[in-house]
Amino acid sequence: MIKHISIKNNQSISLHDIPVLKYDDFLAHNTSLLKEEHHHCVNYFGFPQERKLRLICCIANDNEHTILVSSSLINLDSTLPSFTHHHLSFHIFEREIHENYGIRYSDHPWLKPIRFSHDRYDRNSKIENYPFYKIDSEELHEVGVGPIHAGIIEPGHFRFICNGEQIIHLEIQLGFQHRGIEKLFLEKKKLLQRTILAESIAGDTVVGHTTAFVNLWESLCGFKVGNDLMFSRTLALELERIAIHTGDLSAICNDIAYQLGSAVFGRLRTPVINFFQIWCGNRMAKGLVRAGKNNFPFSKELGNRLLHLFEQYEPDFKEMYAEFKTLPSVLARLEKTGIVTKEQAYSIGAVGMSARMSGIVRDIRMTHPHDLYPQLHHKPILKHHGDVYSRTQIRKEEILQSIDYIKTLLKNIPEEDKSSQKLKSPSANAFAISLTEGWRGEICHCAITDEKGEIAHYKIKDPSMHNWLALALSVRNNEISDFPLCNKSFNLSYCGHDL
Amino acid sequence: MFENIKILFHQGKQYIPDLTTAKVPGIFRGRPIIHNDVQVDEQLLVDLCPTGAIQKNPLSIDLGKCVFCGECAFAAPEKIKFTTDFKISSNERERLIVREGDDRPIQLNPQLIRKEISRCFSGSLKLRQVSAGGDNSCELELNACGNVNFDMGRFGIEFVASPRHADGIVITGPISENMAEPLQICYDAIPEPKIIILAGTDAISGGIFADSPALNRNFLNKYKIDLFVPGNPIHPLTFIHGILELIGRIK
Ligand code: SF4
Repeated sequence: MIKHISIKNNQSISLHDIPVLKYDDFLAHNTSLLKEEHHHCVNYFGFPQERKLRLICCIANDNEHTILVSSSLINLDSTLPSFTHHHLSFHIFEREIHENYGIRYSDHPWLKPIRFSHDRYDRNSKIENYPFYKIDSEELHEVGVGPIHAGIIEPGHFRFICNGEQIIHLEIQLGFQHRGIEKLFLEKKKLLQRTILAESIAGDTVVGHTTAFVNLWESLCGFKVGNDLMFSRTLALELERIAIHTGDLSAICNDIAYQLGSAVFGRLRTPVINFFQIWCGNRMAKGLVRAGKNNFPFSKELGNRLLHLFEQYEPDFKEMYAEFKTLPSVLARLEKTGIVTKEQAYSIGAVGMSARMSGIVRDIRMTHPHDLYPQLHHKPILKHHGDVYSRTQIRKEEILQSIDYIKTLLKNIPEEDKSSQKLKSPSANAFAISLTEGWRGEICHCAITDEKGEIAHYKIKDPSMHNWLALALSVRNNEISDFPLCNKSFNLSYCGHDL
Repeated sequence: MFENIKILFHQGKQYIPDLTTAKVPGIFRGRPIIHNDVQVDEQLLVDLCPTGAIQKNPLSIDLGKCVFCGECAFAAPEKIKFTTDFKISSNERERLIVREGDDRPIQLNPQLIRKEISRCFSGSLKLRQVSAGGDNSCELELNACGNVNFDMGRFGIEFVASPRHADGIVITGPISENMAEPLQICYDAIPEPKIIILAGTDAISGGIFADSPALNRNFLNKYKIDLFVPGNPIHPLTFIHGILELIGRIK
């Protein structure tokens, strides 16, 4: 019996082609896939179908560059054995299914609410009265931080259980940023509205999320993407990585009170985001990525400006980083702080930098390449200590790598495709999946259409969904004063998680 | 030490000397101009706009709703043009609406500025930022206001950690239901007199999220808003310029 259908990144298939398994087989099949290290779950969600719930599980096979999709149809009042019991990385997906549809799990370790979405199953569970995990002890005390934090940063609540200065446990409660974005994808019928929504999933990852959306949309519409579009998207993804990584280095310096580094990396980010403004009129690249068209074709002249920008950026960046990494007062704060081991990162299904910092090869640019990535032959940058310093080094090396990639791309700027191929409407009863590697890590969008070709379900997964737990684990046994630094070194998304 | 001086030297001058006369690079979408001598299918533009920012008879764009996607200007390039004029903040909601034929700067209405604002805050203004469903783009730009390029601190304007040290609140995002209560608590903790600034289209009108059931915008009905700063995200210059006008540093 066929247990799954194997598809490629950005492929759409008929919904009927996804095998429907009995729940027990569905569970056994997917959890056994995860016994192999080259498999990980990129998305797992439910959507209502015929008064039941259709569960769809998407497992990426990193060796074969495929995604294995299977499904199961269950009753809405089910109590089920959990995937999480077999592999912890499913915890976030099953908690979401529980929160949204009330499905119960008999052996899930903790069905902690994810985001208190407006359409959640249990309206009595509220963010205001969420019961945090407690340990009874005379020696321990609790520290609550947030939802509003000291800096200009999105809201989320952190509850520490400490022994003196030492963190024993950190519980993170998110959901404050919930805007109901997935539902809006169904309600807003215009493509432009949906594109604006995609740009707003996480405003620091505009290119990442919008590229996932347009690739998915074009796949549903059977649109053949021209070289010029692929060029712009690939280049913009790498430019976004450079911009945010540079800003993160500045923020890390700031959190260890290293003023010079903070100021220099901070100002180095400015010309990069200004380049987006020169290219498309917006410093965060809003307006740049559009399905089926390119409002801002990339020109030779832009290419020269970008090369000139790198000429000035690179020496200053390298000089600053060289000084930064020799200072004992810097290294003392970064090294061996906030460690996540390789085993931990595997077990929670960490993605992006948060996986690569611990030596896990996980990068969509290599394993499921889209747009022009196949021709870049990407090799992920890996570090092995899983500490703040590893996350810092990854950023520095990825910045230089991205500059190289952009220089390679610029050798061959494609002509604007003027054939003006029209974007058709999406095919009916289809399923599509799109993966991109944003600067934070793997972004996954899935869509299902109904018999009229309208979107019936839209599912977004930001890399932060997996990685927030990495932050919680990293601070255990660290000084509480190191928490801001650890948090910054992950720089996870609140709104991308809360949707 | 020597290394540090070398690094400092290599940075050159990064700050923008005069923020009021600065030019933004590139094709920034700031204040639009709608030409009245060009005929277009106005309904087409109304239908095109993702957030209902465009109205017809006469054709107008509400910058409090506009997400600056630029699509209307692509559809009718002769009719609608976005200029690089970043001075688009106002304290009067009505003034954010640009009508056919308008080509004058958007300014604050001096009559509506409370007297105590320039008296108390013209030399020093401390702000508390609250992101209430903001997507982190406006937040990044608000951070940028204080960096070495824009250096808002030179005017004594700063973001502070505690609401108790603040003279006002800067709200970003469409105000999610789950943030409604924390926002109120934060506002209540700020001592009087205090100001409210809405930064970004999402905060001003809800933007693309305007009719989402996951929002709770009741807070905005209770208080007078002192400054609206349109943008998606706001440009640091728009924000700084708006505040300077509000506290009376620019007339
Ligand atoms: S630029 Fe503004 S007014 Fe024009 S279509 Fe976009 S949102 Fe509407």
